Amino acid sequence: MKLVFAVIQRVFYAAILLLAVIVLNFFMMHLAPGDIADSIAQTMGGADEEIMKEIRADYGLDKPFLTQLGQYIFKVAQFDLGYSYFYTQPVTTLILAKIPATLLLVITSQILALIVGVLLGVQSAKNPNGISSFVVSMLALFGYAAPVFWTGILLLIAFSLKIPIFPVAGMYDVMVEGSFFVEALDVLKHLVLPVVTLSSIFLALYSRLCRASMMEVLGSDYIRTAKAKGLSRNEIIYKHALKNALSPVITLAGLQLSAVVSGAVLVEAVYSWPGLGTLAFNSILSRDTPTILGILFFSSLVVIVGNLLTDLVLRLIDPRMRGSE
Amino acid sequence: MMAPILKVENLSVELKTKEGTSPVIDNLSFELNAGETLSFVGESGCGKSMTALGIMGLLPEKISRVSSGRILFQGEDLASVTQKRLQEIRGNEISMIFQEPMTSLNPVYTIGEQIGEILRRHKGLNRKQSFLQALDLIEAVQIPDTKNKIHSYPFQLSGGQRQRVMIAMALACEPKILVADEPTTALDVTVQAQIFDLLKELRVKTNTAIILITHDMGVVYEMAQKMIVMYAGRKVEEGSVNQVIKSPAHPYTQGLISCVPHLTEKQPEVRERLLEIPGIVPGLTSFGLNKCLFESRCHKSVEKCLSSKPDSQSISTGHQANCWNLGK
Ligand SMILES: Nc1ncnc2c1ncn2[C@@H]1O[C@H](COP(=O)(O)OP(=O)(O)O)[C@@H](O)[C@H]1O
Ligand SMILES: [Mg+2]
Repeated sequence: MKLVFAVIQRVFYAAILLLAVIVLNFFMMHLAPGDIADSIAQTMGGADEEIMKEIRADYGLDKPFLTQLGQYIFKVAQFDLGYSYFYTQPVTTLILAKIPATLLLVITSQILALIVGVLLGVQSAKNPNGISSFVVSMLALFGYAAPVFWTGILLLIAFSLKIPIFPVAGMYDVMVEGSFFVEALDVLKHLVLPVVTLSSIFLALYSRLCRASMMEVLGSDYIRTAKAKGLSRNEIIYKHALKNALSPVITLAGLQLSAVVSGAVLVEAVYSWPGLGTLAFNSILSRDTPTILGILFFSSLVVIVGNLLTDLVLRLIDPRMRGSE
Repeated sequence: MMAPILKVENLSVELKTKEGTSPVIDNLSFELNAGETLSFVGESGCGKSMTALGIMGLLPEKISRVSSGRILFQGEDLASVTQKRLQEIRGNEISMIFQEPMTSLNPVYTIGEQIGEILRRHKGLNRKQSFLQALDLIEAVQIPDTKNKIHSYPFQLSGGQRQRVMIAMALACEPKILVADEPTTALDVTVQAQIFDLLKELRVKTNTAIILITHDMGVVYEMAQKMIVMYAGRKVEEGSVNQVIKSPAHPYTQGLISCVPHLTEKQPEVRERLLEIPGIVPGLTSFGLNKCLFESRCHKSVEKCLSSKPDSQSISTGHQANCWNLGK
């Protein structure tokens, strides 16, 4: 019951946050020079005052400001984000077509960074002078110092040009056609380098935090109790210590979500990955305001939903987050 | 007479700090018989906890180790057994409760899980059996509302209840020895009395020998048959509780006992500071010097105290003290 209530509460907050993003979007649209009528007129190759007026009336641009805001919110709530005159498609259709590619990249790289980061962190906490500790330190140095696009280009040169193991760009090979598995394998091959690039920053972050958190937990009184109970080393580390050490790492992963999404934009640009990032890049170049704002809306949605999930996972791990009855 | 269940022989433990390495336990020997309660007393920093951790094989890693001596548990030297063997013994035949009930339980597992786990580990019970037995144990340590409490997390319990859970866990496998390191120091006075009543009751049931560490003479008098007084990592006096409390021989013991005025008339609630002994326990760097470490605080010190470490002097059967000036 408590959980259901907590979830409802979080969803409510998330909705308010999303509303704020929509309002912000609306203001930015108004601040941008020119309006829809101008864009339409542009594609038509110019129009006179009469036609402009007609278009403005059509789109409700002559209505009072608040009415327009209300209409905008109402439309966005139905996932109607307007029309891109540059791509001549509704923005929602445009974005929905690109979102799976980005989600695939973002989720895979986060899962990879979390799993490898936690394993490395645990291993190096167990053995602070061992190889894994050295790896964590090197990763940290590299992950913090190297910009994503630089890492991306470096990997591209190394593993698709010099040693051509992986494809250079894109998500599919047009030449590859066959059963589901053949195509999935093809996507997987294209996915490797972008995922490695994007996860490198976060891997550095998570492995370091996990090591620190693990070391702290291993020195705590309840670990001494676990030893006094005669538990084995593995039970102590993976059952008693890790579950406690995980909370800060997951919290950080949640906080990093927006960084992951913006990191994805750069990685997509480097590898021509056909996702939101590439779309965002192109729409910025072509001043396609509705599309840019639509992407902003959807990436906010991704981050907000991600945070909601993070919160639930934390509750699952740490009973103290659930509060006492 | 039966062989003692635990026999510690010339145990020395060293501890590395920034200032250097010192013997935090210096040549300690004692014996513990089955079912008996032996108390360690002394001010903070005398090495009581290190003694307990040494026996358990739980000395802080890297900075501390047994440097010499033996810890014979039923003839087996715990100082030299494998980690695997030690894990079999810990929690099963020798268990421990700690001074810090608030932090000694894992915050992310229910108390039922934490008690049940030790039964599965050592007694080979399955989940269901261990759950049922955990239920019995929680009832035995007198935590009310057992059926609900077994699903609680530590943060939902009071300090006294957490220490009861620790006791339930420590006694789950009916160990031969229970090491209790100041089990009530962190608790309210009324809760303290309840915990000791509980320990007394369970001791009768399981015939567990107890090593009870405390700095409270009243508790010693209530609970123990034998006692050892420690000072700066050394044993300074040993004997039956009656011998030591009625006729303390070492000036340090005399000081400790004079701080609790009507001890023998049973007033365990009198808990005063050690006002009668000037000064404080020396720092770790002086541990192990070849002299009497109590000398600077002692009103009976003689020349010899400065130049050599006091030997054990017998006072009567089973009663001995380490002092160069025992004659009154
Ligand atoms: N983990 C540790 N690191 C550094 N010094 C310690 C540590 N544990 C104990 N000591 C030192 O060892 C001495 C004995 O400590 P302890 O056995 O805890 O005393 P007691 O339990 O009698 O109060 C003290 O001087 C204390 O400061
Ligand atoms: Mg202590």
